[in-house]
Amino acid sequence: MIDRDNIGRNWPSIDVAVEKGQLVFFAKATGETNPIYTDDSAAKAAGYPALPAPPTFGFSLNLAVPDPFARYTSLGIDLNKVLHGEQGFTYYAPICAGDVITLQDTLTDIYDKKGGALEFLNFTTKATNQRGDHVLDMRNTVVVRHG
Amino acid sequence: MGNKVNFNDLIVGYELPVTVKKPIDRATLALFAGASGDHNPIHIDSDVAQAAGMDDVFAQGMLSMAYLAQCLTGAVSQSVLRSYSARFGAITHLRDEISCRARVCERREEAGVELIRLELTATNQNDEVKLQGEAVLAISQKEMQ
Repeated sequence: MIDRDNIGRNWPSIDVAVEKGQLVFFAKATGETNPIYTDDSAAKAAGYPALPAPPTFGFSLNLAVPDPFARYTSLGIDLNKVLHGEQGFTYYAPICAGDVITLQDTLTDIYDKKGGALEFLNFTTKATNQRGDHVLDMRNTVVVRHG
Repeated sequence: MGNKVNFNDLIVGYELPVTVKKPIDRATLALFAGASGDHNPIHIDSDVAQAAGMDDVFAQGMLSMAYLAQCLTGAVSQSVLRSYSARFGAITHLRDEISCRARVCERREEAGVELIRLELTATNQNDEVKLQGEAVLAISQKEMQ
């Protein structure tokens, strides 16, 4: 069982640069064909200052640290037992290439089902940009399979 | 802002064009691991996947969620997307061909903003549901013009 005292735990915030090359790579890897995600002029014509990050890219920003799975290992969780249960995004402003995004994770809940065979962890992440604008909230539920 | 559908058409029951992705192969998973920053080897190294009790590597949940988002952003500008969430119901396997659907399930006005809620599903070639989700579009009167 994961120690319930971890509920409410905050992780140190991280600052992540939104890189154009990574956005173009993400578009390629997902078979994206809409040019606003790969072509500066198309992005500008659509009203963005630079290539916009696609809707799920905030999740990737939160992995852009040397050991993105440390938050699991620091809780004593085996990464091979972790499944992604749910993911949510609430958008307040665009995230674009050139931005620097500050991400702050909080573990908001831990609970179990099936007599403890499955444990669930709910994380929330608040994202702000270099101007201090709150651009994104993320919600993440992971499932830990025991036994 | 690149809308391919008229917002006035987005009434309850309206379905956005279906987005069909090419079958997932090992290269898809390797590229997405690099591009997304999810380097969990369970998705790219079959030895690790098998040691964890899986038959083989399997797709990152966020790959299907990225595909499902394309059903939205292929039809409307991302700038009107207020929220997007998904539940990962079943593992997406190698060779799965994912189809993404979005259907308007609620539309209401709140303080001069049209709020359009869509229910989203990603299924494979056998109509097995892999992801179920929801998105809300918020469209101001100005954007409705």
